[in-house]
Amino acid sequence: MSCFISKYADELAKNAAYIGTPGKGILAADESTGTIGKRLSSINVENVEENRRALRELLFTAPGALQYLSGVILFEETLYQKTASGKPFVDVLKEGGVLPGIKVDKGTVELNGTNGETFTQGLDGLAQRCQKYYEAGARFAKWRAVLKIAANEPSELAIQENANGLAMYAAICQQCGLVPIVEPEILVDGPHNIKKCAEVTERVLAACYKALNDHHVMLEGTLLKPNMVTPGSDSPKVAPEVIAEYTVRALQRTVPAAVPAIVFLSGGQSEEEATLNLNAMNKLQTKKPWSLSFSFGRALQQSTLKAWAGKEENLKKAQDALLVRCKANSEATLGTYKGDAKLGEGAAESLHVKDYKY
Amino acid sequence: MSAFVGKYAEELIKNAKYIATPGKGILAADESTGTIGKRLSSISVENIESNRQALRELLFTSPNALSYLSGVILFEETLYQKTSDGKPFVEVLEDNNVIPGIKVDKGTVEIAGTNGETTTQGFDSLGARCQQYYKAGARFAKWRAVLKIGPNEPSELSIQQNAQGLARYAIICQENGLVPIVEPEVLTDGPHDIQKCAAVTETVLAAVYKALNEHHVLLEGTLLKPNMVTPGSDSPKVAAEVIAQYTVTALRRTVPPAVPGIVFLSGGQSEEEATVNLDAMNKLDVLKPWTLSFSFGRALQQSTLKTWAGKKENVAKAQEAFLSRCKANSEATLGKYGGGSAGGLASESLYVKGYKY
Repeated sequence: MSCFISKYADELAKNAAYIGTPGKGILAADESTGTIGKRLSSINVENVEENRRALRELLFTAPGALQYLSGVILFEETLYQKTASGKPFVDVLKEGGVLPGIKVDKGTVELNGTNGETFTQGLDGLAQRCQKYYEAGARFAKWRAVLKIAANEPSELAIQENANGLAMYAAICQQCGLVPIVEPEILVDGPHNIKKCAEVTERVLAACYKALNDHHVMLEGTLLKPNMVTPGSDSPKVAPEVIAEYTVRALQRTVPAAVPAIVFLSGGQSEEEATLNLNAMNKLQTKKPWSLSFSFGRALQQSTLKAWAGKEENLKKAQDALLVRCKANSEATLGTYKGDAKLGEGAAESLHVKDYKY
Repeated sequence: MSAFVGKYAEELIKNAKYIATPGKGILAADESTGTIGKRLSSISVENIESNRQALRELLFTSPNALSYLSGVILFEETLYQKTSDGKPFVEVLEDNNVIPGIKVDKGTVEIAGTNGETTTQGFDSLGARCQQYYKAGARFAKWRAVLKIGPNEPSELSIQQNAQGLARYAIICQENGLVPIVEPEVLTDGPHDIQKCAAVTETVLAAVYKALNEHHVLLEGTLLKPNMVTPGSDSPKVAAEVIAQYTVTALRRTVPPAVPGIVFLSGGQSEEEATVNLDAMNKLDVLKPWTLSFSFGRALQQSTLKTWAGKKENVAKAQEAFLSRCKANSEATLGKYGGGSAGGLASESLYVKGYKY
């Protein structure tokens, strides 16, 4: 094979396929300490370990929610945390049929000589860290590369560096038994139209899959986490059907059928927008050899956070809000979402933050 | 789009999709004058224009054979030839819903400093030539790039050169209304095993699709003509199911779903081998977002040629042999080939070491 067959090959393929189960998707709960701090402060909650733990317990024990999830991405701290009654989160997830995942990158740094373009850190000692995470129960990993659209961006340098970084990370993960989620996020910031976003997305994805091939990554044991193809944030919105058409076409032109599933990031989309767009893609009658699902952070947690507001008496309300979004997105992966989810406060609120860093 | 969407975009997409119709495939009848000469001499027929014309007329007027074909690749001379009744070959094909195609490359030349690796010629005035061919009725083109497996081959240079060449050819074709068949043939010559062939095929195809993306080629308006993944010619043979498994896996890992059809070359395989392997691929129970069909030269014409032997009185029998192979391969594209069309001639290996055509 062109790809390196790790001793975990069968397990990787099995886990990647499971994550892509129709009707299920991923909850991205891997906000770093700094980032979760911003969320907590938006609801006037102090950023201390106990509160971070309480929030995640709220999410992972929400009755009925886990059946709609195939995976949850965790931040390192959370991987080792427990419920208030002492049960490791990892066990809670496993018992709910949910694979624990782990964010392994260490954020972005600027690329010298570019106009604010970045590459992602985290390769040092990555293999050792992955082994540790596997022992702790993680079965997939995530690494976020970031590109932007502007007059001269993304540059060939940024594309190559980020594609190469993703490929190296992916190869190392597979050697350690973790399914790598490959995330080349093209930021929505800017006044560009949807055609421009499509063009850049196709170029970036083509570079990613060439790099993955160069690095002998086994595609059957990977997942892709791309942006949807949309107009820029300063450009007029378009209908979900248009987003679906451009997005699926870009993927058809670049993502080999060996990849079992594509789990979209939500970027700055509101909860409802993200769900409607995902639904439109799954309704589209065209060739889709990979399942199309979600890996949402903000777009799954926004109304839950607001409903919770850090107060124990709001627990049930908050967990109900999460269940509503999980169910809606589950239906969206099947193309059966009717847009009738009980919209929690903030579900239609844009979550776009200019030049978002997390 | 990343892809160039020119004035022919819709037509290209429509034609590529038609060529990929399940149950149909391509007859590669584009042997250059020199190459067809070798075929003719193998049946003791003189290599003159009227004989070349007679052979192609035999093929194109075979009763019922054309219903199994969606395209025929022609050599330039043939594009302008007629039947003995004076009907242009192009019209014979069009009347039977077969799209005429044209070989546009000008053969291979060695890359200096490599161990016998090659690049393909044909760029000079390619755009203008494509326009001429379009006017003459051609709607698809073919360009053969060749790579070999050796201790240090294929080299990165050879892979890059051939991938870039294919991409440049492809976009020029699309600018001029011709669906480009992208053919990166990895030769079967050598003692390597099937895993090695798979690794090389995947590396080559990944490079090809990266180059096509860079050159803004509209994938929906292209076809791929790859080698099947097999053991080397000096290596023990394996079952058709094994070939199918390795081949389809390699394609699933590299060929984007936007490509409508994959039309295999037969390399040195016998007629029957090629059919049985194609059939096994279509029987494989795995998701295949492109159709899997044939673009066979030798593997469609071998027994026909021998049966004809250049004699008018053999034409009908020769045409029956041709129909038999077309039908068999049509069934193979549907995974419904039951075997049994393997006459002695059909099982003869067509392997020639270091094959050039």
